[in-house]
Amino acid sequence: MTGDGEMRIAAQLRGDRERASQRSEERNDRGAEQPVGPERATSGSIDMTMTWYAVGPGPVDDSETTAAAAYCLQLGDDALIYAQRLGEWISRAPQIEEDMALANVGLDLLGQARVLLTRAGELDGTGRSEDDLAYLRDEREFHNVHLVEQERRDFGFEMARMLWFSAYQRELYAALLTSGDQTLAGVAAKAVKEVDYHRDHASQWVLRLGDGTSASQLRMQEALERVAPYVAELFEDDAVSVAAAEAGVGTLPSSLLAGALGHVSQVVAQATLTLPSDTAWRSRGGRKGIHSRPMGYLIAEMQHVARSHPGAVW
Amino acid sequence: MSTPETKGSSGVGSSANGSSAERSWPLWEVFVRGKRGLSHVHVGSLHAPDAVMALRNGRDVYTRRQEGVSLWVVKSSDITASSPDERDSFFDPAADKVYRHPTFYDVPEDVEYL
Repeated sequence: MTGDGEMRIAAQLRGDRERASQRSEERNDRGAEQPVGPERATSGSIDMTMTWYAVGPGPVDDSETTAAAAYCLQLGDDALIYAQRLGEWISRAPQIEEDMALANVGLDLLGQARVLLTRAGELDGTGRSEDDLAYLRDEREFHNVHLVEQERRDFGFEMARMLWFSAYQRELYAALLTSGDQTLAGVAAKAVKEVDYHRDHASQWVLRLGDGTSASQLRMQEALERVAPYVAELFEDDAVSVAAAEAGVGTLPSSLLAGALGHVSQVVAQATLTLPSDTAWRSRGGRKGIHSRPMGYLIAEMQHVARSHPGAVW
Repeated sequence: MSTPETKGSSGVGSSANGSSAERSWPLWEVFVRGKRGLSHVHVGSLHAPDAVMALRNGRDVYTRRQEGVSLWVVKSSDITASSPDERDSFFDPAADKVYRHPTFYDVPEDVEYL
């Protein structure tokens, strides 16, 4: 089972890499028209599009540093957005004990996001703080995968999502223990223990729901099918990850697949469930800032207090 | 004698009581050891579907602030507890037996913790 699934997802990823060059050209086009238009630069007035970026010492012209910054940003965004989603479970879980468990997982992820976003702000030379990055970016500037932004559904869906995401993160942080970036290696050392627990929590529930009643088994299988289209994106080698891996800072997402899939398929089999076969469509584009419908709503809820009361503290 | 669980609600094993009993998880008592060398202390109770999940819920509910290095969970229905009705016969007879306390020894001044 492990071998088949791996080959299948690996085949999907090969297809993505062929399309990747085409997409990176699109991105370059967009990048060129972004910051300063000539008319605005000569107008003499303050260029509002630039004030945002002018907070710090200015972008560091060093491709390795840039790659590390972008890499921290996408890992931080994954953690931040999933933390926000998990927070929605408080008062909605089957039992108050599970409220606590899911909130704990969310808080672990939020802790990871804080360090990663802070590091991204340091490295990209803009001097943006964790709060600036979390609360003052718009949808297209977030680089998380689609999996974490999807709306909260039933508890089975959450456990299926958490199983895949924590299995991915477990492999990721284990690999980042040897990162060339001290901060990333530090986050990884702390986070690897945290996500180990997240993975265990999700596994325990998938086992119980899968190998439970006929109704729970049906719903757990349904949940795995719902999550399936979002899985391949986690293991896609996007331009940022490739650059970060080359710089010795990050790791290739595709290298994490074997370990994550090994764990998931073992749990799924033990839970008397079936790992879904290839899906007709798959999510993509999250790493490039292209998101699905639920993302805008999530960001609106997450950011509205910070944007309504700029600089407020408590 | 009565057990905490069987007194009030239907408890663990009895699935005969219809949907509400099936939907509720059994109650577990949680014991935390604060640090090496101390004994486990009862900190509270929680609901969980089974022992493995009870241990995990105990971790999430009672050790969020580094309260412990070890956890025990015991199904509440497995605890046999004394009943308030028996309090008089159980505990009052010890009330007038002061000689059972070590109060008739002279404690040397330099011994702090005796």
